[in-house]
Amino acid sequence: MEITTTRQNPLIDPSLHVWHGEVAAYLFLGGLVAGLMILLGAYRLWKPERPRSQALARLPWLVPVLLSVGMLFLWLDLANRLNAFRFYLILRPETPMSWGAWILLAVYPVSLAFAWNESPAAWRRRALARWPRLAALARCSEARQRPLAFATMNLGILLAVYTGILLGAFAARPLWNSPLLGPLFLASGLSSGAAFILLFGLEDEERRLASIVDMGVIGAELGLIALWLLGLAVGGLAAQSAARLFFGGPYTAAFWTLVVALGLVIPFIGEAIEYKRRATPGRATALFVLAGGFALRWIVVFAGQAAGWVGQVAGK
Amino acid sequence: MKGPRYALAVDTRTCVGCAACVIGCKEENAVPLGTTRDWIVTETSGVYPALATQFRSERCNHCADAPCVRACPTGSSHYGPGGTVQVNPAKCSGCKACITACPYGARYVDPRTHTVDKCSFCLHRLASGKRTTSCQEICPTASILFGDLSDPESEISRALARRTWTVLLPDAGTEPQHYFLK
Repeated sequence: MEITTTRQNPLIDPSLHVWHGEVAAYLFLGGLVAGLMILLGAYRLWKPERPRSQALARLPWLVPVLLSVGMLFLWLDLANRLNAFRFYLILRPETPMSWGAWILLAVYPVSLAFAWNESPAAWRRRALARWPRLAALARCSEARQRPLAFATMNLGILLAVYTGILLGAFAARPLWNSPLLGPLFLASGLSSGAAFILLFGLEDEERRLASIVDMGVIGAELGLIALWLLGLAVGGLAAQSAARLFFGGPYTAAFWTLVVALGLVIPFIGEAIEYKRRATPGRATALFVLAGGFALRWIVVFAGQAAGWVGQVAGK
Repeated sequence: MKGPRYALAVDTRTCVGCAACVIGCKEENAVPLGTTRDWIVTETSGVYPALATQFRSERCNHCADAPCVRACPTGSSHYGPGGTVQVNPAKCSGCKACITACPYGARYVDPRTHTVDKCSFCLHRLASGKRTTSCQEICPTASILFGDLSDPESEISRALARRTWTVLLPDAGTEPQHYFLK
């Protein structure tokens, strides 16, 4: 069968390209921020009394900063940027992008209060001496250490999962249309968060813990990628056609080398060797993980738009 | 559903693929250069020498279960009169989720307004008392039928009852209201 079309809508024909690098960058930063929130919140809940390294105590401030950078990318991708406020005039429960917008808004106050609680006491005293009007807010925040840590962790989970469900909900894009994209992006976000933490000057025990978490979620990520691709390969015609993008199609080399080999397998082996030799986890493997996490979002965003429904008609 | 249910049908036996519908639409709706609200698909099937060619004038399917409406985070894409799918540009942020959600590729970003646009079933014409879409009015072979499916006596209802027909991508579950008479 041959189809000739005279359509010529830019960004739509010959294949869909409406979401560009900005969306991929946002999805990566959103996942990274979510991973940081989950790990930092969980660590506070798990070891509430343990003193933290200076770096770990200050890292939570990067959550709103990185999220703002991500949201800037998202805003840049909008065709009609002046109408961005429209996201916050309505909540549409059936639309992942709508509840995602509200999750992003909720992250700010929670992550700022959590970051305040996690900051070194001397630093907080100095800040209050400079801005005494913050005292009431600070007291309110400090009185809720555990609930805020719990909220941070759970908002992180929601943020990570929503980015996957956002793409997974598009039935018109067979590559994305999988419920596994939510947990895959959660695992990828956790892995990126752990790798990001490893870039800073932590204590040895904190580094080892982050490295162990990273190894665990990399393993989960590999399993989820295998299940996702399996689901496509054994699916209908449209899903099989989408799977071929990674099996001989134009995204094959990039996906298997950048995402799977360099982003997952090699850092996993590196971290396993470090763990076995009781060596302090280094930054090189963490950089590989971060690059792999970015490549995953980039390739999934672009490949997903290259896949569509295969022409079919039916009627009476 | 109470009230009218607007739908459009293209007679693939009489459509010659002249693209007058595309030009008529561009003229009526001031569609910007380089974009189209409707288009012609020429599909040749079979094995030589037993080949058959079908011309189809396609546009937004005004789906009864529209993925674009579900994907829109601001409520800009919505169900309008007669179950049609409409875009309110005042609410559109240009996030392009609707474009991504549409399996028919029927939407585009208007380069002048930076908002998403598509076929409206010429709702403005209906509002002004006309009973035809611009593509239907200009079609030289009278291959385009537009009307109210809730009225069993409408021309489109009678044609769909009498003839065999197809819709595009039925497995996408969108319940398209754009029919192709065979």
